Amino acid sequence: MSETAESDAAGDAESPSVAGLGGGSPDMAEYPLQVEDLRKQFGGITAVDGVSFEIEAGTMTGLIGPNGAGKSTTFNCITGMYDPDGGTVTFNGEDVTGMDPHDIAQRGLVRTFQIARELSDMTVLENMMLAPKGQRGERLWQSVLPGTRDRVIEQETELVEQVWDALEFFDIDHLASERAGNLSGGQRKLLELARAMLTDPDMLLLDEPFAGVNPTLEARLLEHVHELRKQGYTFLIVEHDMDLIMNNCERVIVMHQGKLLTDGTPEEVRSDEEVIEAYLGGQA
Amino acid sequence: MSGEPSVTDKFETTPDWQIVAVVMGIIYLAYIVSGFLIGFPLRGQINAIGNLTFYVAVFAMLSLALNLHWGYTGLFNIGVVAFMAIGVYTMAVLVKQPLSQDPTAQIGGLGLPIPVGMAAGVVVATVFGLIVSLPALRLRADYLAIVTIAFSEIMRFTFLETSIKTFTLFGTETGLGGGSGLVFNVPAPIDWLTSALYVRGPYLDFVGWFGTTLGIGNPKAVVDNLVYSIILVLVVVAFYWLLQRIGRSPFGRVLKAIREDEDVARALGKDTDWFKMQSFMVGCGLMGLVGVLWMYDQGAINPNNFRPRLTFYAWIALIIGGAGSNTGSVLGGAIFAALLFQGPVYAKNLVTTAVGSGSAPQTFAGAVAPLGNLDPGPFAYYVLGNINQLQIVFMGVVLIWLMHNRPEGLLGHRSEEAAAVDLTDRPVVSDGGEVDE
Repeated sequence: MSETAESDAAGDAESPSVAGLGGGSPDMAEYPLQVEDLRKQFGGITAVDGVSFEIEAGTMTGLIGPNGAGKSTTFNCITGMYDPDGGTVTFNGEDVTGMDPHDIAQRGLVRTFQIARELSDMTVLENMMLAPKGQRGERLWQSVLPGTRDRVIEQETELVEQVWDALEFFDIDHLASERAGNLSGGQRKLLELARAMLTDPDMLLLDEPFAGVNPTLEARLLEHVHELRKQGYTFLIVEHDMDLIMNNCERVIVMHQGKLLTDGTPEEVRSDEEVIEAYLGGQA
Repeated sequence: MSGEPSVTDKFETTPDWQIVAVVMGIIYLAYIVSGFLIGFPLRGQINAIGNLTFYVAVFAMLSLALNLHWGYTGLFNIGVVAFMAIGVYTMAVLVKQPLSQDPTAQIGGLGLPIPVGMAAGVVVATVFGLIVSLPALRLRADYLAIVTIAFSEIMRFTFLETSIKTFTLFGTETGLGGGSGLVFNVPAPIDWLTSALYVRGPYLDFVGWFGTTLGIGNPKAVVDNLVYSIILVLVVVAFYWLLQRIGRSPFGRVLKAIREDEDVARALGKDTDWFKMQSFMVGCGLMGLVGVLWMYDQGAINPNNFRPRLTFYAWIALIIGGAGSNTGSVLGGAIFAALLFQGPVYAKNLVTTAVGSGSAPQTFAGAVAPLGNLDPGPFAYYVLGNINQLQIVFMGVVLIWLMHNRPEGLLGHRSEEAAAVDLTDRPVVSDGGEVDE
């Protein structure tokens, strides 16, 4: 996979970088995400109980498990939505445990949500324009003062173009001016993925990206994910649908009752007795 | 959706500025006509228009500032009045003459120039906005509401407090005046402004000319009133300009995203706490400025000018106009001021002119009892006599009606695109299409 263990930080802080949707793989470590002995408790319930795994760059890994296995909690701990009670999360060599969600997202680890969380009263275009990093106009004074406002407008003009390209890539350009709340479930998932891509991430965590999506759109979404993976993006996907994960991921991590059950190729996991038992409802 | 579709459709397709222009036209026409019906002399008529404009302007400003908090960022601030009070109290303490200069005053000040006092009022309101936001914005929306309304009452009781009625600041004896408040004892706004701009002479000549031409005795008070109101309208334009610029920018886009779903904004790498703090501070600063502009003109301030009622007036104005729309905020401010704030008193005057002011009964029982004899007179007079209390009831009725029939407010449904450029203006030609499922 990617040999650029030490990426050269040649980023121009001023100009926002939008996902190179036409190519250009992100620079990152061989194992961009390392989770070590992660723990999270809610009251007396241990939701995540000492989970460890590493995700290899440029791969697509599935995280599966029955309801209540702790998949979403693990996601929330990795992305900073929850503060883990123990363990560490390392992203691109940096310890990001307990960081704020926005700090983690700024570092290139971006998530989507289980229930598509489009910003419903904003148009698809506004949703997309929100995502790019390093927008000058996000500084209040730059947006207000006459001198700096021109540069903000300049940058917005560039961003609009990139946003339209991304909309086209994800085949939702015909919905551009629509309120995001009017989109169908599948279209929202596409919008969420497209929006996450515009933040120029290194790695994407998708929380049930295919739930509630009709088969046609599901195929399209999958196609996009595969294409992006080929470009070098790394994916970690939480999903309920076993077949979907088995057929599309190189590697599968199985969780059960807050613990890591198995970690291996789809074939290995498929033949694992414990996994079958966990899914058939047997008490481990 | 209810009502005649033609009227509704027409309203939906009319440009915002036309709606505002038409509503303003109707309001002013109604006031002028009812002024004539009541039999105001020209002087009274001009004064009434000045007052109307004054309240339209201050409520439009308040509504605009609140729109930044609630309409854009989703911050539930119900302590608006506290920031107004902080603004104007700061100004009063700074600009009042020191006791050495003005021995008749009960409370002295620092004697600083008026613009310094105004600017300091805005700055201090902003700083208090920061202080309130520090603990509150990290909590959920409803806690911000609790913190802000508690803060507004805490501030009012602080201003009422006798132990800080007087204190020494930078070696000068000053204070907040306690329950009796503070009297500015500095030149009134127009007097100060005309002197500061070196146009006092020409202005007084103009006032004299105005009075003799229209045959108004002692014209200065009414002309001052009118001119000050017009200046406030210019400030409304400045507020509007500023808030439009904030709204139509990447900054405004993040605020809008926070309103819609803060977790999403964070997941996209936006430091939402910082954005919320900035939005809160700017809004509070503007509220402080409204306090300064409103109360400086009154000449004196008192803690009881700053009851929570005023906060809710601002909210009603914003809800009428439509949260999220700056144009709607201005419209809401105007409609609130004209219809709900000033309207009932006008209606009372109109009715009393028409049917004469009978003797109103003193008690509710005295008003209701004659209804049994089919004599509505005493009840009607009783209602008229209590119009100020009923005003609040009217506001409640309007709010309930709006919640049921138009919860988004008059212009709240019009999305103002949060971007510095027109997003739909695609650089490359694309093949459009309908929404597919």
